[in-house]
Amino acid sequence: MNTLPQQLANGLLLGSMYGLIAIGYTMVYGIVQLINFAHGEIFMTGAFGALTVYFYILPDGTSMALAVPLMLLGGALVAILIAVGAERFAYRPLRGAPRLAPLITAIGLSLALQEVVRNFYPGADRARAFPGLDATHDIGSITIKDADIFLILAAVVCMAALAIFVRRSRTGRAMQATAQDPDTAQLMGIDTNRIIVIAFAIGGFFAAVAAVAYGLKYGNVDYRMGFLMGLKAFTAAVLGGIGNIYGAMLGGVVLGIAETLASAYIDEIPGMQQLGGQSWANVWAFGLLILVLLFRPQGLLGERVADRA
Amino acid sequence: MVILTSVLTTGALTLTACGSRDDSGDKGGDSGGGTTLTIGVDAPLSGENSTTGLGIQYGAQIAVDDANKNNWVPGVKFKLKALDDKAQPATGQSNATSIVGDKTAVGAVGPLNSGVAQTMQQVFASANMVQISPANTNPELTQGKNWQTDKKRPYKTYFRTATTDELQGSFAAGYAYNGLKKKKAFVVDDKQTYGAGLAKIFAEQYKKMGGKVVATDHVNTGDKDFGSLATKIKNSGADLVYYGGQYDESALITKQLKDTGAKIPLFGGDGMFASTYIEAAGKSSEGDLATAIGVPADTLPAAKQFIQTYKDKGYKGDYGAYGAYAYDATTAIIKAVKAAADANGGKVPTDINDLRSKVVDGVQKSDFEGLTGKISFDEYGDTTNKQLTVYQVEKGAWKDVETGTADLK
Repeated sequence: MNTLPQQLANGLLLGSMYGLIAIGYTMVYGIVQLINFAHGEIFMTGAFGALTVYFYILPDGTSMALAVPLMLLGGALVAILIAVGAERFAYRPLRGAPRLAPLITAIGLSLALQEVVRNFYPGADRARAFPGLDATHDIGSITIKDADIFLILAAVVCMAALAIFVRRSRTGRAMQATAQDPDTAQLMGIDTNRIIVIAFAIGGFFAAVAAVAYGLKYGNVDYRMGFLMGLKAFTAAVLGGIGNIYGAMLGGVVLGIAETLASAYIDEIPGMQQLGGQSWANVWAFGLLILVLLFRPQGLLGERVADRA
Repeated sequence: MVILTSVLTTGALTLTACGSRDDSGDKGGDSGGGTTLTIGVDAPLSGENSTTGLGIQYGAQIAVDDANKNNWVPGVKFKLKALDDKAQPATGQSNATSIVGDKTAVGAVGPLNSGVAQTMQQVFASANMVQISPANTNPELTQGKNWQTDKKRPYKTYFRTATTDELQGSFAAGYAYNGLKKKKAFVVDDKQTYGAGLAKIFAEQYKKMGGKVVATDHVNTGDKDFGSLATKIKNSGADLVYYGGQYDESALITKQLKDTGAKIPLFGGDGMFASTYIEAAGKSSEGDLATAIGVPADTLPAAKQFIQTYKDKGYKGDYGAYGAYAYDATTAIIKAVKAAADANGGKVPTDINDLRSKVVDGVQKSDFEGLTGKISFDEYGDTTNKQLTVYQVEKGAWKDVETGTADLK
């Protein structure tokens, strides 16, 4: 049986999730040149926000058609709050400080968020069950479940909305201006602080959407889920060209598909048996990243940035 | 270098521990106020594997409470010092150092993970302190690196109340082939000491019996997405997946495998035998199987009281996998202390090093009825109780389906 279409679908799904999280890295980096390493944990808190809505707010037996939008809302609320709070209290005071300072703060914040969830969220010291959307559909030779459809739709809708927002709206244009040159933008009357907050908020929202999709797909969430996903999403952002929102999505999809195909087929190549399989997927994915960066240091869709005066 | 450092640290801690506050309990020994002796516990108490890890801690706690309440060793109060190793070898090693550095410590129970035990054995051996694991199943720990050809016990201070993976893997292979009539297995492991060892033994025995291993794969602990692996398994034509590893990954694998529409069960070892596995995998776990050491705790008449106590105290975690074994391991240490006291005219030897070495000898000679059956150890420190049980998930709970001992082919 030909497994390629199914494996491509697996890769596309995984990649869409990376892409949604990568948007948060890319937007923040594009505007303030900060790599927000706590973004993976913002994704994680989004999942717990959605979990809270489902288990502690909605009455038992609420239909998923109603529950999912409300979980999205809850997750987004928590993730945006934390993302904006992080900006206001952890990063803004350090704006203008050497690059390394906010980076270290970000790592500290990510550990702090993990520990807070682990210690204070009921039962969060191990995996907590998350309601799943497990009904499956066969499309040709591909089997996908409702959670996968949700993920793909969410990724497409979110990306389209973001593209329109950035291009067409006043705030979106102000964002582009700030990304190009924050000082000049401020002189032109743009409230750059507000723009930065919006960038963090959008990143948080996308992370929350990815988190709900993650929960629905894998059926459980835990306090460490943000670490690896965050790292992969960051890789996706760099692969696509950090600072470029289309690049983030493209990087995510390329990374997801590369990982999946590597784990599925490398060990079938004669002589490569030892280097294939699930446990080597990350090696191949990061190998691909290195290869791309060797030839296109700015990433797939990135532009060479002129040094700022 | 690591070994040297740990030996030096151990020595230094033992020498400097004179100032520790636990000393006050020691000196009151003669006045009838009683000596306080510590039993260390090392297990993952948070994060990965913590469900089963907590079962070990509380199993040992109940044994200590029973010993104190019934005054098993007159004039001696036992207390527990439970340390969290987070399933990490390096943390386990520093916990071991901390336990041997405690001048009131007479022995230790734990750890859960075989990989963690590897780093702890030397530390306990250098302090001549007994360590009994209720859960380690890797054969190397008691029978040396070349256990398949030349058995040699590496550390005489290390014991376990769990049986080995050689027996567990073989038992699983036998049940898969003869009991379930599954002839084609896909074998996956997590590359850890326990998981990889178990999967390897399963595959070897399964092939010897006539089964076919259609493919093998490995995963990383901490991975979440097994979509690609699930598709591979589905298309491999396997009618069974054998997984060597813990429940954290296997619960996700079985869920994602069932999502592809494949209807083949996942079979694993005792690392998977936890209620968390079923909680995390949900309905997908229905029909999955796991082997675990010993006989089901709730069928043992001697364990009834233990299970009741565990529930009454409202302890978290899972007594099912290792709680009763931890109880027996702790009891073996306490009984060895009693034997040392009896031989010394009813008084516990005041020199801690003397006591520790006597406890090692006492544990080696253990011979009593524990909760899990007869507790005694062979010349390698392995339990003489070789019973194993296959469990299957039925209506959202583990049900025992077959108990027996493994036949090695």
